[in-house]
Amino acid sequence: MKQLVIDFQKCDAGRNCNHECEMECAVRVFKVDDPKQAALQIKAYEDGGGHAVLCDQCGDCVVVCPTEALKRNKLGVVMIDKKVCVGCYMCIGFCEKEAFMRNSDWLTPHKCTSCGVCVKVCPHGALSIVDVPEPPVRII
Amino acid sequence: MSQLVFDPSKVMDIDYTKRTEYLDGLEAIKAAHKVLKEITYTPSLPDKGYTNRSLYVNVDTLEITEKPVTQQMKDVFIGGRGFGLWHLWNAVKPATRWNDPENEIVISPGPVAGMTQYAGTGKSLVVSLSPQTDIPIDSNVGGFYGPLLKFSGFDALELQGKSDKDIILFIDGQKGLIRIEEAPTDPVDSHVLAEVLTHMYAENEADLPNISVVSTGAAAEHSLIGMLNFSFYDRRRKCVRFKQAGRGGIGTVFRDKKIRALVIRGPKVAGDMNHPADPETIAKTGIKYHKEIRENDGSQCMMRRNGTAHIVEIMDAYDLLPVHNFQFGSHPDTHKIDSAYWQSRCTQHTVDGCWYGCSMACAKGADGLVLKTGPYKGDMVTVDGPEYENAAGLGSNCGIFDPDYLLELNFYCDTYGICTITYGTLCAFVMECYQRGILNKERTGGLEMVWGNAEASLEMMHQMARGEGFGKLAGQGVKKLKERFIQNAWGDPQLITDIGMENKGLEYSQYLSKESLAQQGGYALTNKGPQHDEAWVIFMDMVNKQLPTFEDKAEALYYFPLFRTWFGLNGFCKLPWNDVAPKNNSSQPEAHKIPEHVQNYVDLFSATTGIQIDKEELIHQSAKVYNFQRVFNIRMGKGLRLHDAAPYRSMGPVTKEEYESRAERYDKQIVEEMGLDPVGKTTEEKMALHREWRTGRFSKLMDSVYTRRGWTLDGVPTLERLKELGLDVFPEVVEVVKQHL
Ligand code: SF4
Ligand code: SF4
Ligand code: SF4
Ligand code: SF4
Repeated sequence: MKQLVIDFQKCDAGRNCNHECEMECAVRVFKVDDPKQAALQIKAYEDGGGHAVLCDQCGDCVVVCPTEALKRNKLGVVMIDKKVCVGCYMCIGFCEKEAFMRNSDWLTPHKCTSCGVCVKVCPHGALSIVDVPEPPVRII
Repeated sequence: MSQLVFDPSKVMDIDYTKRTEYLDGLEAIKAAHKVLKEITYTPSLPDKGYTNRSLYVNVDTLEITEKPVTQQMKDVFIGGRGFGLWHLWNAVKPATRWNDPENEIVISPGPVAGMTQYAGTGKSLVVSLSPQTDIPIDSNVGGFYGPLLKFSGFDALELQGKSDKDIILFIDGQKGLIRIEEAPTDPVDSHVLAEVLTHMYAENEADLPNISVVSTGAAAEHSLIGMLNFSFYDRRRKCVRFKQAGRGGIGTVFRDKKIRALVIRGPKVAGDMNHPADPETIAKTGIKYHKEIRENDGSQCMMRRNGTAHIVEIMDAYDLLPVHNFQFGSHPDTHKIDSAYWQSRCTQHTVDGCWYGCSMACAKGADGLVLKTGPYKGDMVTVDGPEYENAAGLGSNCGIFDPDYLLELNFYCDTYGICTITYGTLCAFVMECYQRGILNKERTGGLEMVWGNAEASLEMMHQMARGEGFGKLAGQGVKKLKERFIQNAWGDPQLITDIGMENKGLEYSQYLSKESLAQQGGYALTNKGPQHDEAWVIFMDMVNKQLPTFEDKAEALYYFPLFRTWFGLNGFCKLPWNDVAPKNNSSQPEAHKIPEHVQNYVDLFSATTGIQIDKEELIHQSAKVYNFQRVFNIRMGKGLRLHDAAPYRSMGPVTKEEYESRAERYDKQIVEEMGLDPVGKTTEEKMALHREWRTGRFSKLMDSVYTRRGWTLDGVPTLERLKELGLDVFPEVVEVVKQHL
């Protein structure tokens, strides 16, 4: 499955960049001019490392979704079908990585699609899309 | 208490999509339907939780009318159970009984119901005059019917009259039509009927979750203990599942009206259909709660693993699990039906909420059960639960510890449309009568009702469904059985009275209350009879020890019935309130109330309706309806102190065996509580001391609770109390009370 990963050796969480990744994700993927709505959030820069809120396509949210609005696509990426979603936000509450996002203006939540848009704009080449095996379904 | 660790490798691997299908006859059944009446209407969505109209249907005259929901209804009765009681009050007279045509079944979801962001928000409240108690009964049930009713345009549905042929009421909230159809050849039992109807009324596969069916089964027709199944479509299992409006016999009223089923086709659900005043607060509160479940459930109640069955072994460990008709509180075989077992037997890797957004997900399902008896012998079915009450009632209370039989009993109760709790308590009573010689093989028509005889219990149930033999008699419920046994001089009347576990005509639910004075009151000092909807206080009293003094117990019996009533006014489930708690809860003041969750409810109500309330106002809202219901009972000729009397089995040891099995405890109480010396006294003498002490204590509790509730010592709400609650605006209410002051 396609998974977005970050290399904190390279990412400096905004010291020498403008969070291009977040902005690009917000604008290009979710069509909003607000980096807070991006599916990835590079949160802090601590002791030389950093903290990224990133969806690793673990699939936990698929398990808890009551409507089967969440499914893996052919690339193994967890995608939301907004027409089916009932806006219960269990996916948000059950995502351990806190990577399921919510925009107050929208009824349905949104998440990373492993599209790679952010990868292309990072000036430090810190992001990449990798292909890893799908983890087994967890009982949550 | 030891905490179970969840071990995924011990989960049984059963294909949960596999079961017997019943769709073969669908076309023929459909062809036999005949439209008796059809009207069109304009569907509408709620505004701040209310659609502001209700639907009245008379199944005899075929009248279908809309009624406005007035501001006064919303101010005083809020919705749900409140609306149900108000409609029923206006429909019946003091002389009305359950099988009179003017009796109604009212279904109302409440203003918050249908919210999808918080756990336990999809409840329907069902109100009717009970065949068992002759007073209003109300039942809080999951499934999709209530929310879909509201999203189709109605805050409540009133069903009145008696049809002379079997009918189905179909509401199509997508197209805006309401139809009464004659249904001459429809299946009788819920698991077949609801599957057929769900597929009959859904226009395609994606439409299946928009259908909900209310139905009952064969035994509801031949007994007084019928219940209603409210369906929801389980997308993963690809089957129709149920939650039950169990207590008090509403299913019997349903069949007496010759209603075969109610079918609703609602619009596709989305997250904002209540059009709440403040969606942001709802979203934030919901997400906070979902996180709390994720973080705490695994180390607290494990509701997502076991549902309510998680307390079987806790109850056993604290000597509170009903065994052999509430004689004892534990049994060496309990481990066979404890939560570790259900964890392996109930399918785990699926979503088990009874409405969208329920992260507590207690509605577990045991898949792949192959039935061993009855008309569906050999069929493979999915069984709901078993919930704690079923494991205890159908199981330990009858001495049955075989989990497969327990599931089968559970399944047949559900599909035959009878209440598992009621059935469990009445079967336990029959078994004890059999063991004590009050009954014998001749009197039961050959049923050997000894402890643990699951096959006999099943056969009694099948008889109930066929309307035959001893099973038919048993279906009258414990109260009428007691009267019959005494009338036939089959045993000592005092013993029969003491061990028949009913109050107001309703059977006790499954907790041993002998050592919990609070729960004794929680059962008996109720509006509708002994259940755990109004006052489930045994856990906080006996396990968490949060009600140490007499005053604490009396106060709990003021606060909790009101607090819990509020869930029923709004369409909330009670479980998410206290089956998980914030990590810091125990260090909060009034921890037993779970203050953070109370605040959640305050916020959710305010955010939905736009009416700002606080936790005091929440209680005040409930108090109006609770006291109204009490007056309603009085109006129907009950509702006084004498009707709150409890069978002695709920209070203390009735028999020598009970006393001697816990002699150390009882002897100690003689010393410490009564200041007497048990030495040299016979068991009978000691039992008499206990009886005096325990009944005296209960009577004192009654006095305190009534006073705290603002009632006279006869249990009648005072005029001052009615005034305080604004109920004095209804002259009829004041009139009822005046006759008793
Ligand atoms: S991933 Fe790249 S663009 Fe994003 S914060 Fe890190 S360095 Fe900046
Ligand atoms: S949103 Fe969260 S739960 Fe869902 S796949 Fe991504 S990381 Fe996993
Ligand atoms: S918000 Fe939508 S996608 Fe998320 S769990 Fe609920 S229904 Fe599924
Ligand atoms: S806790 Fe259980 S009964 Fe309550 S709403 Fe959730 S699934 Fe239904």
